[in-house]
Amino acid sequence: MTTVTIAGPDLRRFLDGLPGVDSVGAEARAAVLASRSIKTTAKRLALDLAISMIDLTTLEGQDTPGKVRAMCAKAKHPDPADPTVPMVAAVCVYPDLASVAAAEVKGTGIHVASVATAFPSGRASLEVKLADVRSAITAGADEIDMVIDRGAFLAGHYQLVFDEIAAVREACGKEAHLKVILETGELVTLDNVRRASWLAMLAGADFIKTSTGKVSPAATLPVTLVMLEAVRDFRESHGRQVGVKAAGGIRTAKDAIRYLVLVNETVGDDWLDPAWFRLGASSLLNDLLMQRTKMTTGRYSGPDYFTLDS
Amino acid sequence: MGKFEYAPAPESRDVVALRESYGLFIDGDFVPGQGDGVFKTISPATEEVLAEVTEASPADVDRAVSAARRAYERTWSVMPGRERAKYLFRIARIIQERARELAVLESLDNGKPIRESRDVDIPLAAAHFFYYAGWADKLEHAGFGPDPRPLGVAGQVIPWNFPLLMLAWKIAPALACGNTVVLKPAETTPLTALLFAEICQQADLPPGVVNIVTGAGPTGRALVAHPGIDKIAFTGSTEVGKEIARAAGRRKVTLELGGKAANIVFADAPVDQAVEGIVNGIFFNQGHVCCAGSRLLVQESVYDEVLASLRRRLTTLRLGDPLDKNTDVGAINSPAQLAKIRELSDAGEAEGAERWSAPCELPVKGFWFPPTVFTGVSPAHRIAREEIFGPVLSVLTFRTPAEAVAKANNTPYGLSAGVWTDKGSRILWMASRLRAGVVWANTFNKFDPTSPFGGYKESGYGREGGRHGLEAYLDV
Repeated sequence: MTTVTIAGPDLRRFLDGLPGVDSVGAEARAAVLASRSIKTTAKRLALDLAISMIDLTTLEGQDTPGKVRAMCAKAKHPDPADPTVPMVAAVCVYPDLASVAAAEVKGTGIHVASVATAFPSGRASLEVKLADVRSAITAGADEIDMVIDRGAFLAGHYQLVFDEIAAVREACGKEAHLKVILETGELVTLDNVRRASWLAMLAGADFIKTSTGKVSPAATLPVTLVMLEAVRDFRESHGRQVGVKAAGGIRTAKDAIRYLVLVNETVGDDWLDPAWFRLGASSLLNDLLMQRTKMTTGRYSGPDYFTLDS
Repeated sequence: MGKFEYAPAPESRDVVALRESYGLFIDGDFVPGQGDGVFKTISPATEEVLAEVTEASPADVDRAVSAARRAYERTWSVMPGRERAKYLFRIARIIQERARELAVLESLDNGKPIRESRDVDIPLAAAHFFYYAGWADKLEHAGFGPDPRPLGVAGQVIPWNFPLLMLAWKIAPALACGNTVVLKPAETTPLTALLFAEICQQADLPPGVVNIVTGAGPTGRALVAHPGIDKIAFTGSTEVGKEIARAAGRRKVTLELGGKAANIVFADAPVDQAVEGIVNGIFFNQGHVCCAGSRLLVQESVYDEVLASLRRRLTTLRLGDPLDKNTDVGAINSPAQLAKIRELSDAGEAEGAERWSAPCELPVKGFWFPPTVFTGVSPAHRIAREEIFGPVLSVLTFRTPAEAVAKANNTPYGLSAGVWTDKGSRILWMASRLRAGVVWANTFNKFDPTSPFGGYKESGYGREGGRHGLEAYLDV
């Protein structure tokens, strides 16, 4: 793999020339890693690590300032009864509520992520997308979760997708971290996932992210495996580390631990950090807390013992 | 120490009820041997003695063969196929029901990781019984004539690398076709065969249809030489296979022997999955696999990339307690096998190949060998020609598809081969030229009861599995 600047037909040749992914093999590998048995001290560590990697998310039409404030309170104190629980990594909201979120988490170290670029479909002009991004940053977002133009990608217009990501990267400037959502459920094949991962990284993504959570399937283990291999190979050839965010469909502590195992055995310690791996989720946090309490007390508590997200 | 170390997650031994000593399983009952020979079977991971097992004498073998003959003549060969099928289905179900017990016992006695015995050996053993149960009443449709007849009493000798699975490969088709059997498991791994004898009792299998005689080489020789045996089936080393072929006379024989399989990686291969396939090809079951991909042939243009990825991947392999659910690489089955692996590895170094082992701590007790890769291997080196039967990979390179085929076929063996490429036409081109019984495309070490398995050249003859596997147990 080369480090030369690539554009136009060269970009296409480069992406199409990436090594293929055998989906049967990738799924088999993910399945073996999913069978790892994480117990006792390892589970304890994994639960806290997973909590600290969460982008606590609400992306609904019915979101209100009240809902966002409640979620931010939860982000700061996931379990009010237990101060040893770590804070989550970020809260993730629509741009119009970013200012509410920013005010709530100010000074805590929790990041404010905002989806932008006509999330979730990405069907708008570049000007509209960039305006969306700028408004989110102005409102206090320091992480932008953009969506790629899947239509352009599937039509083979890689350069268009590249230019759009590069433009958003520029709009983010130094104020905001850029996560690029590939929406792998619409790219369908693992070959496409690898190509889109490289395309996003070459265009300047700080993070690559699986899904919006609005399309099924959202994050899956094989897709995340391929993306982890991509960031590993990209760092080797380009010397820059890119993060990965698995988002959507991760609801239980068991699911989350499987992702951590995948990170651990594919890219290792360098990515086992909220700065480099995130879990985008809304309902996951309470299951992690429930498992955590179970490990401390030896008993499961009912859902009434854990606070609602809103 | 990494950030995320996995705590021990051992499978419980409590599901297994080991007896202190085991007799022979003859004519439906556990009976003491007529000689006074006994031997101990140990856990290769800890050297702990698991049980004492009877060494069958020639007189014991004779008793077992006579029991099998009686059962053949009076019961099993005259029983309608659909009735035989019921017993086989029942055995298959009991294997599933007792899967955890069988898996733990297999890992204890053999040293293989519980993940493999749980996810591969035991489910496949059950699948073989299910598959051949289905054939028992349909033999006239198998393509061997309108009413193919069984052969009689089969003498079966199996190896220690997949003890219960090899038993299933042997017993399921034999019984489905109407034969009765006397089976000798390997002396280092007799316990799951003895548990299988209990399963036969539990399934109410008529006495004498399955007989299990334990012992080492002399017992095997007595079994193979017994005039009452109509059919010999052997899986094991090529050396012993040749001896059996000489002793067989005019009796029907199937031999599944050694291998030195080529795993061929082309430049356009899906590289991450190819690396997984290389790992699975040679480090699965500690390389104690006759069809192991022990020779890696890499296209020279991607050699550096593939080797770098392979080394990186090997550093993540988890070697240790076979009963830990997170263990990838278990113990070497016996001190004798460990000595052989060491001898050949040392020869590889002495002949000028470069040795690299994955950095992993070996337990103090038991028999262990780290996953090892030799580079700079030439086709003339012993490690490129002789079967090591351990976690040792020899890496060679090639430039063109024709050269890959020539190098892959340049071996006295011919059991299996693997081809990794994104190009479908090349897979077919290669498969038609590789002289190996099994050619895997973009995968390796995949087994299925419906698929025939067997070798070319010194890897043996006859096929096991699938419709083809019936032929070995029918008078055709």
